[in-house]
Amino acid sequence: MARKVKFLQGNEACVEGALMAGMTFYSGYPITPSTEIAELSAEKLPKIGGKFIQMEDEIAGIAAAIGASLTGAKVMTATSGPGFSLKQENIGYAALTEIPLVIVNVQRGGPSTGLPTAPGQGDVMQAMWGTHGDHPVICLTPDSVKETFDLTIRAFNLAEKYRMPVILLTDEITGHMREKIEIPEQSEIEVYNRIKPNLGDNYQAYKVEAGDLVPKMADFGSGFRYHVTGLMHDETGFPSNSTANAGRLMDRLMDKIEANKDDIITYEEIETEDAEYLILAYGGTARTAKAAVKTLRAEGIKVGLFRPITLWPFPNERVNTLSEQVKDIIVAELNYGQLILEVERVVKSNCPVRFCGKANGEVLTPDELIRKFKEVL
Amino acid sequence: MSKQLELRLSGSGGQGLITAGIILAEAALLDHKNAIQTQSYGPEARGGASKAEVIISDKSIDFPKVTLPNMSLALTQIACDKYISDITEDGTIIVDDSIVLPAQLVAKNIYRLPIIKTAIQEVGKEIVANIVALGLIVRLTGIVTDESLEKAILSRIPKGTEDLNKLALKKGYELAEGLLS
Repeated sequence: MARKVKFLQGNEACVEGALMAGMTFYSGYPITPSTEIAELSAEKLPKIGGKFIQMEDEIAGIAAAIGASLTGAKVMTATSGPGFSLKQENIGYAALTEIPLVIVNVQRGGPSTGLPTAPGQGDVMQAMWGTHGDHPVICLTPDSVKETFDLTIRAFNLAEKYRMPVILLTDEITGHMREKIEIPEQSEIEVYNRIKPNLGDNYQAYKVEAGDLVPKMADFGSGFRYHVTGLMHDETGFPSNSTANAGRLMDRLMDKIEANKDDIITYEEIETEDAEYLILAYGGTARTAKAAVKTLRAEGIKVGLFRPITLWPFPNERVNTLSEQVKDIIVAELNYGQLILEVERVVKSNCPVRFCGKANGEVLTPDELIRKFKEVL
Repeated sequence: MSKQLELRLSGSGGQGLITAGIILAEAALLDHKNAIQTQSYGPEARGGASKAEVIISDKSIDFPKVTLPNMSLALTQIACDKYISDITEDGTIIVDDSIVLPAQLVAKNIYRLPIIKTAIQEVGKEIVANIVALGLIVRLTGIVTDESLEKAILSRIPKGTEDLNKLALKKGYELAEGLLS
């Protein structure tokens, strides 16, 4: 069976992936450089019986998605930096109430409204720490159009499996560039659906049954009566001020990530086997790094690339192991140094960690990265 | 880097240069080559200086942006002033004949051609200047086959404009043939 070959933008591939993962509801507020995600969702969802709603603002955009997810829909909202800031409170709400949701942030330049049409990677720490309080976070970042498609599907699956918001953190580079993508058949796609209770069960909305990862999730309005609150709650879903209960709930929420890192964390390595030097880059900037590694290898320099695909939880163990192997790590990102803080934390004193980045709305070119890389040689 | 086209198409928002870039890249895919198209534009929807870039290669393409084009087209003076001096030594510059080129410009080939005038006078619509430009570029470079280019154009344009676009393409080819003969 011939697969469909298309020439798509990352943003378009995101919607194609979302539909294959089972998205039936999109709500949001259009913002450059993510607007194509809203546009294409608006065009495609009504044709499959789904719903698209343009809300009055970014906050309502995520709020409506949370509500729709609670009724059983698979939901997505997309935004960029300014909107991501506005969505933070509700990301925490979805984390505590365990509501599956995919939030796409196509990163652009600058704080505030900054540079709407230019790339940036300044929201890496915000994706982890943007909402208040400790909370579980899954954040994925693609470096190609095809991977945007794949990771959108994965984001939906992880959201459903672990009952939590999942952030797809892309950037203007991958969001807007067009490249070739072979779209698989629906039958080739692995789709995970949330586990629902059966009518007649003695249902407690926030109780984890033996053998389950998370509480079963009843479609709101389908005959199960339960309560959803952003307050700490017990297994019935009603608020509880008990510190013992709050401790148990927080442990359980955090453990969804901690106990399942092997399932959640993925990364790509290029030429790391015999590497003496390592470049660490992600998202659109990884394309710069891939070109740089090729050029440097052609010059006989033993350099490899480590590309986290899962940014959060960070692949601590693998980065630590690599830091024992190489002489030097250079972290390339479009900001003033965000993921490098995590790399330094993990690497400790195993090897020097250097930074190559900028945040003026330009991409990092392979030449710039190579120049910085060669400063230590 | 041999046989890799790194093309910059610049002009004003609304001239269809991003569409032209997409069409050329899709024609390259039909020819089983690799292609990436990117763009850069300001916050405005019309006007300003916008550019579309296309890399076409037989090899896989890592870095998606054009750093230094080996072919660069400008359809407006503003775009020319902003972008045209970035060109490889063996590169080709093509500008509309309404444009005044800067004095110090180094490139292997520099062409000033009536692209917009051809669209208006010989095809009848200024909007197809992008397709005239595509015909010109493809005849000069041979980067994609004529069959793939026509197929790619026909799959991207509005229904009912096929003849108009085919004529624009033919006029673009003729502009190039005038240079090559």
